[in-house]
Formats: sequence, C-alpha cells, structure tokens
Amino acid sequence: MRGTLAREPRALARLVSGVENRTPGWEDAMKALYPHTGKARILGITGPPGGGKSSLTNRLTAGLVDRGHRVGVIAIDPSSPFSGGALLGDRLRMRDVSTAPGVFIRSMATRGSLGGLCQGARDVARALDAAGYDLVLIETVGVGQDEVEIVKAADVVAVVCVPGQGDGVQALKAGIMEIADVYVVNKADRDGADQVAADIGAMLALSGEDTTDREMVFPTNSLSGEGVEPLTEALLDRAARVEHAPERVSERAREEVLLLVEREIARRVRAGLAEDPRLESAVEGVVTRRSDPYSAAEALLGLFGRMEVVTGE
Amino acid sequence: MTPDRKLRVLVAKPGLDGHDRGARVIAYGLRDAGFEVIYTGLRQSPEQIAREAIQEDVDAVGLSILSGAHMSLTGRVLDLLREQGAEDIPVLVGGLIPDQDREALCELGVAGVFTAGTPISEVADFIQSHAGA
Repeated sequence: MRGTLAREPRALARLVSGVENRTPGWEDAMKALYPHTGKARILGITGPPGGGKSSLTNRLTAGLVDRGHRVGVIAIDPSSPFSGGALLGDRLRMRDVSTAPGVFIRSMATRGSLGGLCQGARDVARALDAAGYDLVLIETVGVGQDEVEIVKAADVVAVVCVPGQGDGVQALKAGIMEIADVYVVNKADRDGADQVAADIGAMLALSGEDTTDREMVFPTNSLSGEGVEPLTEALLDRAARVEHAPERVSERAREEVLLLVEREIARRVRAGLAEDPRLESAVEGVVTRRSDPYSAAEALLGLFGRMEVVTGE
Repeated sequence: MTPDRKLRVLVAKPGLDGHDRGARVIAYGLRDAGFEVIYTGLRQSPEQIAREAIQEDVDAVGLSILSGAHMSLTGRVLDLLREQGAEDIPVLVGGLIPDQDREALCELGVAGVFTAGTPISEVADFIQSHAGA
C-alpha cells in the first residue's frame, strides 16, 4: 500500500490484483487508501462490442496526457462462462499510450459480474486515484441495451454509438441510451452516422432535458482522431461539473455501501449454506415435489435470524 | 491463495515478424484452460512488454518469436524486467527456436522454451507450476 502511494507501478499492480482477487486483507488496504482518494475523476466509456471503445480510449488517453494529466485506464473484457478464462485484448488498440509516462493500463475480466463492469472496477479505480492518477478511464465490456452499472462507478459516462445500430426508435428505448452524459457517434465517416446523431438529438429533444448550454452528441473517428478533441473537452467539462452535483455524489456513495452490504450478505449466505444438510434436504424436497422452492427458501431464510433493520414487509 | 485467484498471462510478440497465428492459438488455448490472457499482438517492443507485464501483474510472460531474433529480444525483455525489480515473473519463449539456442535462452533466465507442436496443456501446466508465488 505504501508503494502505491509512492507511485511504484509494481506495488500498485499488486494491490490491484489483491483487490481483484479479494485476497484476504484487501479491505484493510482499501480502508487505508481511502483518505488518499477523491482527487481523481472517473470517466466511463461504454457501448456495443466493436464500436471502437478501445481505440477511442487510446485517443482520449493520448489527448489527456498531452494536457498534463496522469491517466489510469481500466479496460474490461468478458470472462468465459465455461472455462473462467478470458482473452483481454483491449491493449491491442492502446499501443500509442502503452509506454507513455503517466499512463497505467490494467486489463480486467468480468469474472461473472453483470452490467459491463466487474466487481473490483470501482475499487481499482480508487487504487489508481490513490496512486496519483487524476483521471481514470473505465472502458466497459461491449454491452447491449441494459447494462448500466457503469453509472454507479463513473463521474461522467460516454456512450459510444456507431452507424447502423437501428432506426430512430432504438434511440428512444430505455436502458443504456438513458445513462449518457455525452453521446459519441464513432466511425463517423461511415454512412448513416448523421442519422444516428440526428436520432439521438431527437431523443434528447423529447426528453425535455435542457441541453442548450452544452453539446451532447459528438461524432468521432477514433482511427483518424477526428472529433476526439472536442469530446475530450466536453468530458473534462462534465467531470468538473460533478463537484457541483452533491446529489449524484451521495447517491453513488449510498449505492456503493448498499452493494458492499448486499455482496457480503450474499457471500455469507452461500458460504453458510454450502455445507448445511438442511439445504440438501430442502433441494431434495423441491426435486421430489414434497415441497416447493418458495417454502424451501422461506424455511432457510428463517435460519439467518432476525435482521436488526426493518425489512420491506 | 484465494479460490478467486485467476492466473494471468501476457502473450506478446516482440520484434518485426508479422505472423501471430501461433500466438493467437496459444492465447485462445490458455483462455480455454481458464487463464486470463492479456494479448497485445504484433510488433511489441521489449519496453512495452516489460511495462505491460508489470502493470498487468501477470504470473507469466509468453513471447512468441519467429524472426530469429529471439536471443536479443528475449535478453532485452529479461533485462528490463530485472531493472524494474520484476525478475520473478517467469518468461516463456515459443515460436521457431533452433535446438542449439534452447540452452542459451535458459541461461539468459528464460523459464521454458516451447516450440511448435507443444500441446497447450503442457504450457498450461508449466505456468501453473511456476506461478506458486
């Protein structure tokens, strides 16, 4: 932990592994780091697979380094639900910045988490914060329509869209299209890019949100770099506004604490029941239809004692 | 070691040869063997590889080299890791490696040499047994 604060890359990398693996002691490390965090702004980049998120992250990182920022990048790719392995290939597109001073890139696998994010991403972002990276980019896995977890981890979210992802109604659908602070229309040199931008504009007009003081839709070409400059400005501008949005900050803190409690309870429940013969007999009862899943769950819940918090009933 | 711990491997191709088929086969095979494989593709400099290995905190580095420059490229990667206090990360070399160079590579500090035709499971077992730390 001391090495992380001293900005030693190896120490930081090992801390990140500990956090990611939930190695015993990781919570103590995070507790000790917390007072040293809060300086970094976290930018989330999300969107469909193959939309150019990694290439865009590469470009954004280069621009931010040029502005004198120290940039941490968390690049997430999916884990195999079968082998548990993963092929993490985001670095392939990030070569321009892979040896740049002041850049730390970490590839992470989802390891079964949903929502385009992985369990440790928020903690890893915090470790990067403590190590003096003042901007942290989180690139999610390629997502579909309703993976919106990134909002809970990032100060600013860019949703990357590409031409050809459907008609105007797609832009009106609930889910990922609702979480953006800025919309990026990447591969803007392709046919249909103007249409996507127009569809998003029409959706924003319907939403009634007042966007007169700020641009919301940014056409980019992450290969040529076109359009990345104004996008970078906009992201930095939005990130700076977050400091003046205490409700968003406290909402996120609330979510984080709840999530930590939820996960720990879930872990204890699973660990507690794993070896318990009563789980086996409940399962047996359901399988043989002597009982049903609802009664079985109710009976097992009774084992966990009275909660001090008033439940929703 | 916690049950959640996944072994992480960097698969990289230093130097100028343009064939990454072998590296991809290895990356894909290790993925299926349950590893988290960081694949960085063609034409990586030893500087990039050493930096990536450290930032990604990998349990092993696999270098695929078909160009014949394996002695100098591998030596450079090992030097850079050593300079940055990361000589404990085992480095494996694969590709076209003449028999007479195997021993020389091992003397440089390479943990293992795996040429074409090596079953993936052998590589996987090797990494597993070297990643005890």
